[in-house]
Amino acid sequence: MPTDISRDTVQELVAEGAQLIDVRPDQEFQEEHIAGAINLPLKTLDATTASRALERSRPVVVY
Amino acid sequence: MSPRAACRLESLGFTQVFDYVTGMADWTANGLPTEGQLAGVLRAGDAVQRDVPTCRLTERLGDVVKHVKAAGQNVCIVTSAEGVVIGRLRGAAFNADPDASIESVMETGPTTTRPDDALRELTEHMGARKVGSMLVTTSTGRLIGILYRKDAEEKLRRESPP
Repeated sequence: MPTDISRDTVQELVAEGAQLIDVRPDQEFQEEHIAGAINLPLKTLDATTASRALERSRPVVVY
Repeated sequence: MSPRAACRLESLGFTQVFDYVTGMADWTANGLPTEGQLAGVLRAGDAVQRDVPTCRLTERLGDVVKHVKAAGQNVCIVTSAEGVVIGRLRGAAFNADPDASIESVMETGPTTTRPDDALRELTEHMGARKVGSMLVTTSTGRLIGILYRKDAEEKLRRESPP
């Protein structure tokens, strides 16, 4: 089960090198997103897009 | 949406997956940095007064009134032990019998707004309805503070002229 985290933990993880992923649709991401996040919309999330966008060795934070 | 994405990533073999469920609403409500076309837009959370007297339903009205007046305030928000808004004391409630129950003198179900709501639209809406203040809560109903229209108008005038 993925772990639910608070914003403080988000900031700590990102400072330590975690990847921050915005899974909302592209339009919402374009309007506003957390500084430093990349967009990987849930609808497009599969083995290919995940492998292309993310490194498996680093923690991943989704919102 | 993010719980599904987090589970999907785990099913794809990612082992260190964390879910920031409260996401953008929580992030922007706390004034943390964002990017994009709407980044920098003022929000309710930017003008909210967070230092607000609160009380529980079980407290004695007379004690609450004394405490609120000593703090130089004229409103008190009734919350549960978890901070969820139940009602509001103001106006005539402060002159009621000190032994009356909080329940009998409070306003129930005060209007609330979310901290990530756009400040300009919200302030215009409050002005059109002649609402002087509004409670700001999380999406789960926990009190964050009170947004006073005069504070919001001043903030918009200073930081975001039309």
